[in-house]
Amino acid sequence: MEYSEKVMEHFTNPHNVGKLDDADGVGEVGNAKCGDIMKMYLKIENDIITDVKFNTYGCASAIATSSIATDMIKGQPLSEALKLTNKAVVEALDGLPAVKIHCSVLAEQAIKAAVKDYYEKNGIEYNADEFKFDEDHHH
Amino acid sequence: MKVYADNAATTKISKKALDAMMPCFEITYGNPSSLHSVGQDAFHAVRDARNTIAECINADADDVYFSSGGSESDNWAIKGAAYLMAKKGKKHIISSKFEHHAVLHTLNVLEKEGFEITLLDVYENGLVKVEDVKNAIKDDTALVTIMYANNEIGTVQPIREIGAVCREKSVLFHTDAVQAVGHVPVDVKADNIDMMSFSGHKFHGPKGVGGLYCKKGIRLPNLIEGGAQEKNRRAGTENVPAIVGMAAALKDACNNMEENTKKLIAMREQLIEGILKIDLSRINGDREHRLPGNVSACFEGVEGESLLLYLDLMGISASSGSACTSGSLDPSHVLLSIGLPHEVAHGSLRLSLCEDNTPEEMEYILEKLPPIIDRLRDMSPLWEKIQKERTK
Repeated sequence: MEYSEKVMEHFTNPHNVGKLDDADGVGEVGNAKCGDIMKMYLKIENDIITDVKFNTYGCASAIATSSIATDMIKGQPLSEALKLTNKAVVEALDGLPAVKIHCSVLAEQAIKAAVKDYYEKNGIEYNADEFKFDEDHHH
Repeated sequence: MKVYADNAATTKISKKALDAMMPCFEITYGNPSSLHSVGQDAFHAVRDARNTIAECINADADDVYFSSGGSESDNWAIKGAAYLMAKKGKKHIISSKFEHHAVLHTLNVLEKEGFEITLLDVYENGLVKVEDVKNAIKDDTALVTIMYANNEIGTVQPIREIGAVCREKSVLFHTDAVQAVGHVPVDVKADNIDMMSFSGHKFHGPKGVGGLYCKKGIRLPNLIEGGAQEKNRRAGTENVPAIVGMAAALKDACNNMEENTKKLIAMREQLIEGILKIDLSRINGDREHRLPGNVSACFEGVEGESLLLYLDLMGISASSGSACTSGSLDPSHVLLSIGLPHEVAHGSLRLSLCEDNTPEEMEYILEKLPPIIDRLRDMSPLWEKIQKERTK
């Protein structure tokens, strides 16, 4: 098994690590039993993600995917952020080892969970089908 | 600073082993089966190596067979003994929950073939209870196979006592001694061992070579059919350089074992003491009955793979039993077998030392480790939860 340089770069110096005390949406996915938890904090103004931070407990690929996914949605409209797929995240990292692909799903799900939280807090209607995933069993 | 602390995975080849091997490539390169003098020189080199290894484990040289390593020896001994005893209607095998996969996966195959497998508990301290072995033996028990020392948590099993129980009940006893040979005194006669697997690269010998001790009278089925090598039981031209290197390495390890053990235990305890100062850390496995160079720890709220990769960036080579290093979703079966919850087992770190390590290197590890754990905990939602629980 080998990680790409890009993965190691994001793992060694992850971007957007931390919390946002005044976050408009917070999403957490994964669980301790599986060995990875990702928590995403979004600051949203006029449907644009103006700031994003994450906290992740997990392996190098979980941390690297958190880092690059937050980069990819920062400054983006919510509609674009919701389109982010784990495939795009993996491609942006120049690939992940086969056994690690499941870790990349977490980032996509954490973003969706945070946006869903924002919609619910603000009474915004949303299409539930867009947010269908099992929060406890991402594997 | 560069610190190699993953000696349970593999070791650097020793100068003595390398020096012993080199002439086998250039001078005694003959085939040991050839009758001319070049071949005979190689034959003598293999014979001498067998004698040396036999002496180191107190075996008769006739009972030492060379193989490609620990996994092959485990497969050979376990499958061989199973098929041998099945002919007598004995199809029950006793082992433990935290054996190496070379043993457990072999047992899985045998189970599918109709053998009955009992895996004994290893309790919180990572030790098999002799009583449990005794109680598990039935009339149709073919074999007991218990590892000498565990590869992850380093616990050394009561092999002599288990062997005695097997002798008393006339049951074959195999031990996977890959982590023990060259590290703790091993005496196949005093330890009541019938079959024992070992591997060259775990004690500063070359990779791809190992051996099986198989006591006279146990007619294991042949592993590889072909030429007459290894008394017809494992055909194929001997890997002369590797065999010679392994023997030189083992001799060196046994000659210096007492001195090395003292040094290793001092460094091990230095590490353990430092590690236990870290908040919510624990040492896995019995503190007394453990390999001199093994430190196995868990840090709550931290994932093992990230930990070991950050250590690597500091020049420290270690290993982890986290799920993410194994390619599966579950953390190591060894850590689960001693009752650790998944989330704790994910945060494991194994540091395995050899005599080339120094107390200064241990200091370096203890200097670099805590800030890495802090950094990972700072970004860990799990750690946040743990902290919230504690302040409740």
